[in-house]
Amino acid sequence: MNPVDYFRIPSVSSRSFKVWQRNKDVFMKDIKLNFLPPFLEPILYLVALGFGLGKFVESIDGVPYARFIAPALIAVSVMYASFFECSYSSYVRMYYQKTFDAIIATPLTIEDVIAGELLWGATRSVINATVMIPVIALFGLIDLKYSLLIIPFAFFGGLLFAAIGMCFTAITPNIMSINYPVLLFITPMFLFSGTFFPLSALPVPIQYFATAFLPLTHIVNVIRILSYGMLSSSLIFDVAWVLFVGMALLVLSINLMKRRLIV
Amino acid sequence: MFGFLGPNGAGKTTTMRMIQCVSPITGGTLEVLNMDVSSQQREIKSLMGVVPQENNLDEDFTVYENLLVYSRYFDIPKDEAEKRVEELLDFVHLLEKKDVMTESLSGGMKRRLVLARALINRPSVLILDEPTVGLDPQARHLIWDKLRSLKKQGVTIVLTSHYLDEVEKLCDRLVVMDNGKILVEGSPTGVIEEFIGSDIIEAENNPELLECLRQKEAKYEVIGDIVHIYADNAREISEYLVMECSLSKISARPATLEDVFLKLTGRSLRE
Ligand SMILES: Nc1ncnc2c1ncn2[C@@H]1O[C@H](COP(=O)(O)OP(=O)(O)OP(=O)(O)O)[C@@H](O)[C@H]1O
Ligand SMILES: [Mg+2]
Repeated sequence: MNPVDYFRIPSVSSRSFKVWQRNKDVFMKDIKLNFLPPFLEPILYLVALGFGLGKFVESIDGVPYARFIAPALIAVSVMYASFFECSYSSYVRMYYQKTFDAIIATPLTIEDVIAGELLWGATRSVINATVMIPVIALFGLIDLKYSLLIIPFAFFGGLLFAAIGMCFTAITPNIMSINYPVLLFITPMFLFSGTFFPLSALPVPIQYFATAFLPLTHIVNVIRILSYGMLSSSLIFDVAWVLFVGMALLVLSINLMKRRLIV
Repeated sequence: MFGFLGPNGAGKTTTMRMIQCVSPITGGTLEVLNMDVSSQQREIKSLMGVVPQENNLDEDFTVYENLLVYSRYFDIPKDEAEKRVEELLDFVHLLEKKDVMTESLSGGMKRRLVLARALINRPSVLILDEPTVGLDPQARHLIWDKLRSLKKQGVTIVLTSHYLDEVEKLCDRLVVMDNGKILVEGSPTGVIEEFIGSDIIEAENNPELLECLRQKEAKYEVIGDIVHIYADNAREISEYLVMECSLSKISARPATLEDVFLKLTGRSLRE
């Protein structure tokens, strides 16, 4: 394929919603188990880091430590939910369960299938954010004024990480190799995106690097500002970054999957 | 009903996948129901039912849910779909397994469920890639009956199979292919007559017999310890052979597609 072809807009139809529906139905079968992590994880982190470690940390930019990391927990969960859904889980459906093969024998095309998977990945992010916001609110660590805006934003952030996961699914030789992007990309992002300490603590070049190449940085920025109950003009840059890079990677991931699956 | 025969790796599955609009065609044109496979995929696929060579049931769902979820991909309204699912499960004798997860079904049950799934959209073209692999004789007969009745209703059926008796029984026309090329095309009986004659006489291999056959210019083939003599009228010829060539142990039987298949594609195993 010509490099330009990787960014050619794929033709996706509304039938991709059926794939979304399929994944939702499977999710609903284990709904209790699926709701537990977004419910429990923020409690564990907040108790351990926010209140435990937080005792030793003075406030950051005038904000108590627990309040500083609470929005980052949502952002990290947005990242994990859709990335893992569209990497390991999609790979299992594609390779081991042959789910995609079965679906493309119906009026759905491969583009529809991948689009449905990506939409579902983003939905997982939305579900996690939606469960976490009230839990964190119970601890009094989130200002409710703009907090509901986090939910639609989680969808776009989710799409971005879904696309990243799907790109790796498209190029990975086997399921074990997905561990590489997790280790080399997702885990560093978890630590170095202004999540548990402000980016400004890092050397300036790394700050620039994080802003340019680590998507989580922008997700954390947006969710943090909204959870402080503020709106700021810097939001426009972060949201635009997420939307623009997200769209480009969505297109790329669908085309990479097409290349992998059409034989 | 149309059959594709050929040894392992001949390109049967590849051909099926091209008809299904799943694999791209690299040359020529391919039309299904007067529609082009590269431009009218959705239309073609909505009228087609597929039993792939490898089972690909949805392991995250039960038997019943598998068919119901699949019906959604065809935009079949829910109440209509529920009715069809019941009917189809009844037909493949899986009603009592309705709420079982598909991974715990036996191989043959899975195969039957895949067939039921292929019929959920009431297709006008049915693509079956080795549909009866792993089925017990009862299930095979059940499926043959169903295929015959679908054929009567005007459904076009395209089939690949390594069970040549099955193809001989069911198909109106067939091709034998190898290395992606068609070797012969015709009706089962036509093909048999053209390449073998109607009967085969099997005799023990010995040099005098071969000499005698060569003199009489008979059509024959040596297969290890056995000689196959192709004939149109087995009884006359075997009597003749017994007298002329001093044959002792012989047996005659009607020729089958298997004989044609082996003759055309050779007897050596494919890698
Ligand atoms: N026309 C062709 N030219 C070159 N290679 C081909 C052609 N058709 C198929 N092949 C290749 O041959 C291989 C086997 O093809 P296929 O799976 O279609 O075999 P099959 O006839 O279904 O065999 P089996 O009986 O084992 O299922 C594939 O790797 C395929 O890419
Ligand atoms: Mg095959």
